[in-house]
Amino acid sequence: MTLRDAAPSTPLSGQRGSGSSWLYDPTIRGIVFQVLLVVGLALFGWWVVHNTIVNLRAANIASGFDFLSTRAGYDIAQKPIDYTIDDTHGRAFLVGLLNTLVVAAIGVVLATVLGFLVGIARLSPNWLLAKVASVYVETFRNIPLLLQLLFWYKAVLSVLPGPRQGLALPMGSNLSNRGLIIPRPVIGEGFELVVGAVAVALAAAFGLSRWARARQMATGQSFPSGLAGLALVVLLPTFAYVLAGMPITLEYPELKGFNFAGGLVLKPEFMALLLGLTIYTASFIAEVVRAGVLAVSHGQTEAAYALGLRPSRTLRLVIVPQAMRVIIPPLTSQYLNLTKNSSLAVAVGYPDLVAVFAGSTLNITGRAVEVIFITMSVYLVISLLTAAFMNWFNARVALIER
Amino acid sequence: MTDVASPGPDARSAIYVRGTFVPPSPPPGSTVGPFGWAHKNLFSSPFNIAATILTALFLAWVVPPLLDWLIFDAVWTGENREACLPVDGREVGACWAWVQAKFGQILYGRYPLDQRWRVDLTALLFVAGLVPLAIPKVPYKRENTILMLTAFPVAAFILLYGGFGLPVVETALWGGLLVTLVVAVTGIVASLPLGILLALGRRSKLPIVKTVSVIFIEFWRGVPLITVLFMASVMLPLFLPSGVNFDKLLRALIGVALFSAAYMAETVRGGLQAIPKGQYEAAAAMGLGYWQSMRLVILPQALKIVIPGIVNSFISLFKDTSLVLIIGLFDVLGIIQLNFSDANWSAPTVPATGFVFAAIVFWIFCFGMSRYSQYMERRLETGHRR
Amino acid sequence: MTNIAAEDLSADRSKMTVGSQVAVEMIGVNKWYGEFHVLRDINLTVRKGERIVICGPSGSGKSTMIRCINRLEEHQKGQIIVDGTELTNDLKKIDEVRREVGMVFQHFNLFPHLTILENCTLAPIWVRKMPKRQAEEAAMEYLAKVRIPEQAHKYPGQLSGGQQQRVAIARSLCMNPKIMLFDEPTSALDPEMVKEVLDVMISLAESGMTMLCVTHEMGFARQVANRVIFMDQGQIVEQNDPEAFFTNPQHERTRLFLSQILH
Repeated sequence: MTLRDAAPSTPLSGQRGSGSSWLYDPTIRGIVFQVLLVVGLALFGWWVVHNTIVNLRAANIASGFDFLSTRAGYDIAQKPIDYTIDDTHGRAFLVGLLNTLVVAAIGVVLATVLGFLVGIARLSPNWLLAKVASVYVETFRNIPLLLQLLFWYKAVLSVLPGPRQGLALPMGSNLSNRGLIIPRPVIGEGFELVVGAVAVALAAAFGLSRWARARQMATGQSFPSGLAGLALVVLLPTFAYVLAGMPITLEYPELKGFNFAGGLVLKPEFMALLLGLTIYTASFIAEVVRAGVLAVSHGQTEAAYALGLRPSRTLRLVIVPQAMRVIIPPLTSQYLNLTKNSSLAVAVGYPDLVAVFAGSTLNITGRAVEVIFITMSVYLVISLLTAAFMNWFNARVALIER
Repeated sequence: MTDVASPGPDARSAIYVRGTFVPPSPPPGSTVGPFGWAHKNLFSSPFNIAATILTALFLAWVVPPLLDWLIFDAVWTGENREACLPVDGREVGACWAWVQAKFGQILYGRYPLDQRWRVDLTALLFVAGLVPLAIPKVPYKRENTILMLTAFPVAAFILLYGGFGLPVVETALWGGLLVTLVVAVTGIVASLPLGILLALGRRSKLPIVKTVSVIFIEFWRGVPLITVLFMASVMLPLFLPSGVNFDKLLRALIGVALFSAAYMAETVRGGLQAIPKGQYEAAAAMGLGYWQSMRLVILPQALKIVIPGIVNSFISLFKDTSLVLIIGLFDVLGIIQLNFSDANWSAPTVPATGFVFAAIVFWIFCFGMSRYSQYMERRLETGHRR
Repeated sequence: MTNIAAEDLSADRSKMTVGSQVAVEMIGVNKWYGEFHVLRDINLTVRKGERIVICGPSGSGKSTMIRCINRLEEHQKGQIIVDGTELTNDLKKIDEVRREVGMVFQHFNLFPHLTILENCTLAPIWVRKMPKRQAEEAAMEYLAKVRIPEQAHKYPGQLSGGQQQRVAIARSLCMNPKIMLFDEPTSALDPEMVKEVLDVMISLAESGMTMLCVTHEMGFARQVANRVIFMDQGQIVEQNDPEAFFTNPQHERTRLFLSQILH
């Protein structure tokens, strides 16, 4: 596919010979070329807009964004905020956006955990573990995400037995074709105390670690701040929880008739999307992590060992800080990919932004241009924010070189 | 001189000349052979032993049921759903009989039976053109590339769609692997020239050219493909003068090509950046103009470097083609899903079988291409070192 | 190979004394990489204050041998006793030995994400449990000794190769090692930077440090070493004091090697 042997005798631009000299002035040429480009683009844009207006008028479709404040008239299966069929398309948009953000946020956390585990397992000196991890990566990143989503949804979750014969899990949880039902935490009086305790414990643990670090720097004595901090974070809220009269109770799901009452229901659509996004993205994150660690040269480890640093310290003080610089930019773009891929929700019926807004709202209102414009803008904003973060991060951590 | 040279208790260590060379001997048994290997890779430390045991337990938990389902309990032959129904407690695994029955559709969709030779011939031409291109040693790369980019598309279009005496087969009848490959190959081929132009534009010194390229690239990279496909299928007809109407496949192709052109541009830009500044300077010093130096010096080198990147883009595009089922086209995955509703073959394990089969098809293509891309990468690396 | 004229390197041999205590003892050491027998029957006794230069063709096992001394490489047969501690699989003993043995690498291996000063204080703080201020004071002292105190707050990437290697020496010295290992410390350097590194190594030798250097700087060997070891095919072929080694090599293989590197 190379163009290497293209004949060298045919000039592509600028014939020699007669002609006024300004033709050969690169500045003027540049300006002329750019003016032509702008005019061409403007003409094309005008042509598209003109055609659209004509077509819309012919089809008798109104335009404008007024539909956002009219009654939507359809229900949404999962709503993090209050929503009824009498609410507006604007509110439906909000519900869809929130659903996208919910599944993306949970997916990012799970995929990161799984991806780091698999990536590190692939670097393990244990041959078996490393092989299993590579099989995982090579399998899941070479199968389309959509296929994986449909597989989880239609071939696994939908063919589970009904709630009565569902798979009973600990704490009254149940996995059936209605989804995963888990106990729901119910918040009672005095809950603020527990929240306060968590906040205090976190702050104290943070302070403790800073103090321990400062003390070590000052006197050389080390202090197990990690362990102490963990104890603090676990014990203090527990204590507050008991003191406040156990304000958080779990509402256990109960089988009533053919379905469960109570509890928190994770619908099969949500589960399939989350499962697919997590497993697929984790296989890419694992590769990012592996590449990041491998990018730190072996000499760095040897130098740290030669200085007497233990492997765990070497990892924390020398390898991880360098690997993270390599890992974070591609990791961020994997997060962005996961968010964009969550739009495949429409295939499994999870009401995300695309399914709700570019699906139901578009079908009902017929305002294709506006709806798709808004939907694309949302993803563009998310992308631009991510890009802005990445630039900031890269500028901050770039290794200083000559 | 120091006190070392004087004969002392350790004079032996100060002056020493080896009499006979020690021949190489085999390593101690504990470090080589299967036992040495297992010790080093599986049981070298308590942590390592624990990892081995846990992984083995995990495999013991996952692999046997998987093999049962895929092979031992699977149904390999059968005429209809009866074969794949679980009868009196018999475990039924994958229903491969269903795949056998639907194999033609999975390859060709609803392409008329008596015309399927046309698809086969196209595939044959494609493979015949591609294999010599993919093997680095085969000569005539340039002639072959030109042929593949000009004559082949025309021939493929006539063969697949019709004309010149061949009866027309509407794209609505196309499906299966045929649609998957048509979308992916057309997408990548169409995105290549546009991607190269955009990459050059993004590196251009002209501010407006640069801005336009950046906006174009970042727009398509910033939105999910599914919204692009929605736009192509819903909005594209609005943008064109009334009366002009594309069929659904062409609309999807346009969307896919624009989308992948943006990614291609970034891949090519990576290659352009990898070309040392000296090459640009040398080209300029020889008196070549911008387009000449690009065409004769820079792009030939840059495109060679980015072959692995192009293959990787093709892999993602190949996987992404499955999205066309959302706008109502029937690629491999779409046609398999469509066939779940066949009442003759309604059995509990049919959906899982269908998805697993589709997964195997996609996996073979993607894994093969990624291996090829890695091979090219290694080849290019050694080429650079030389 | 850079041959530095004898007058360039002003080493004061009268300052270098060799004690009678043993610093490193290798007895019948053998090592294999897979099937490849890389170290064959190495017997070597290094006493405190000795400066040993190890030379030999590439692939002769010189680097592998000194890397066994701080267990960057594992040996499979024989004994290695460093400062009274025998190296085994025991992590505690490895830690002990590494604390007392400094190493300088061919490619410096400075940590690019840390400043020069942080490179020097990392191990004292985390391994020696030294207060930060004290570690920094000590580090500045050593940086002054290698003549680059003004670079303390720069990053490794901002320094020249010679400067980086001097920092690497200072970084090792910050741990107050009893023994220093040098693995071809000047082979990755531009010719004019070799001298600045060798000067630092000479003054280190004058201070009585026990040193094992893999190097082909024969000027350095003549001036500083009290023993030169020639290795080939994984074994010690010849060892002698530098004067005798260079003027009257005994083994045929040594003569061949010397004729090729000393023109």
